[in-house]
Amino acid sequence: MTDSASRRDFLKGAGAAAAVSTLPLSMVKLAFADPAQDFTFAYISDSHIQHIKGNEFVRNWDRGLIRAVAETNLLRPKPDFVMFGGDLAQLGTKEELDHGAELLAKLDYKPRMVMGEHDYYLDLGEYWSKLFGDQYYSFDHKGVHFVVLNSILTFDEWTHERWPTPEQRMLEMAALDNPNGSPFMVGEKQREWLRKDLEKVDKETPLVVFSHSPIQKIYKGWNFWTDDAEEVQALLKPFDKTTVVYGHVHQIQYNQIGNIAFHAVMATAWPWPYPQSYAQADQHLPVLTVPMNRADPFFERDATGWQFIDMSTGRVAMDYNLYNNTNRRVAFNAAKGHPEDMAFQDPARRIAPQVHY
Amino acid sequence: MSKKLLVVAGGIIAVAAMVTGLGVRADEFTKEDVDRYQDEFMSVVEKGRALWGSPDLGTNGVACGQCHPNAANTHPETYPKFQKQLGRVVAFREMVNWCLQNPLEGQPLGLDDPDLVAMEAYATWERRGVELAPGKH
Repeated sequence: MTDSASRRDFLKGAGAAAAVSTLPLSMVKLAFADPAQDFTFAYISDSHIQHIKGNEFVRNWDRGLIRAVAETNLLRPKPDFVMFGGDLAQLGTKEELDHGAELLAKLDYKPRMVMGEHDYYLDLGEYWSKLFGDQYYSFDHKGVHFVVLNSILTFDEWTHERWPTPEQRMLEMAALDNPNGSPFMVGEKQREWLRKDLEKVDKETPLVVFSHSPIQKIYKGWNFWTDDAEEVQALLKPFDKTTVVYGHVHQIQYNQIGNIAFHAVMATAWPWPYPQSYAQADQHLPVLTVPMNRADPFFERDATGWQFIDMSTGRVAMDYNLYNNTNRRVAFNAAKGHPEDMAFQDPARRIAPQVHY
Repeated sequence: MSKKLLVVAGGIIAVAAMVTGLGVRADEFTKEDVDRYQDEFMSVVEKGRALWGSPDLGTNGVACGQCHPNAANTHPETYPKFQKQLGRVVAFREMVNWCLQNPLEGQPLGLDDPDLVAMEAYATWERRGVELAPGKH
């Protein structure tokens, strides 16, 4: 599979970045019919920059984002662009968003941004939009159509009427396991925008959707969930090659529903338990998913990381760069018609740390 | 039987009757008692849940629930166990204290501190129904 010239080029680049020993050698390019259209991009998500007071921020979360930015800058071959998958801030304040933007400004790339609920529910995205622009949009790149959705909206009554202050609304949505929270949704207005946006796209064009929440239903109690997932999926269904990349869950997940492949990304801040670790939960983690290893809290950056994505097949091949762990690679297997882990998909290959309870 | 002995015996019977009359029997409890015990427990569980989500336990505003929603991935049913990173067998509360000192950048609580007991009660309540597995890694 490996193109030896590309491999040599990559290794040359990796030599220049030798200080970062964790960059995976699996980031070699694959050979394709039209190599000119090959490209890669980096995906950083869920940094949860948290303000303490004055100019103090939670050091642990800062370090996760700082490391992702530094390592992304060392990537050779260079990615075509960088995405940030939402939850830049913890409680959506100006201080947090400014500090997060300042850390992201160290990237050699101007990242394209996805809205997360921690960025949104203090001022309903106003300051975020001032910094980063539109909350949903699309763009084309080398024959692939990309769509960014704001998938963390919810019922108007919850958003506008239920809470006495914006601060309380933010806190109610920020606590993951809070029964006073509300299910995420893309909403009718944005779905209509999406329908029109996709109307002009050829159905054979590879389509990639970026959202913060999974556009599928995994566990409602922690909003590993989008309430109108089926309606959004229906709009994506006519396309031959469709991929959804989402954040929010702070863990490795992947799935295939019909023609749509799903990939979750890691947080740079902290990992979340798999829903099956909550004994009282009725949850539906995709059976396809081989979980990440159980986190070791004594390694501050364990079970956090960022992603390097190869788009050369028109599908996503995702390298998970795990700061304190063996890297993982989950790529679409065209023969099987779904994403799979390149090392652990076979049940016989799985290891004990992947068992969550 | 002497008159004196009769008086003493009578006195003992009177005391026994009095105690029985007050209903204090060590081996008996009513549904009301059990309800009260459960209410007491659940009030501590609720206090523990509030502490679990509190930004004030440490010094940096981080709460336990940020990494452990519903106290998941804490596995109270596996303690005491060998905590490889500490190199010895520890109680659940010692691991909570480790988190208070590290991710929360705060001070540990005394092992009989009611707040620490409440957090243990909450985490254990969220694992109700899970098999007891002391020592399990």
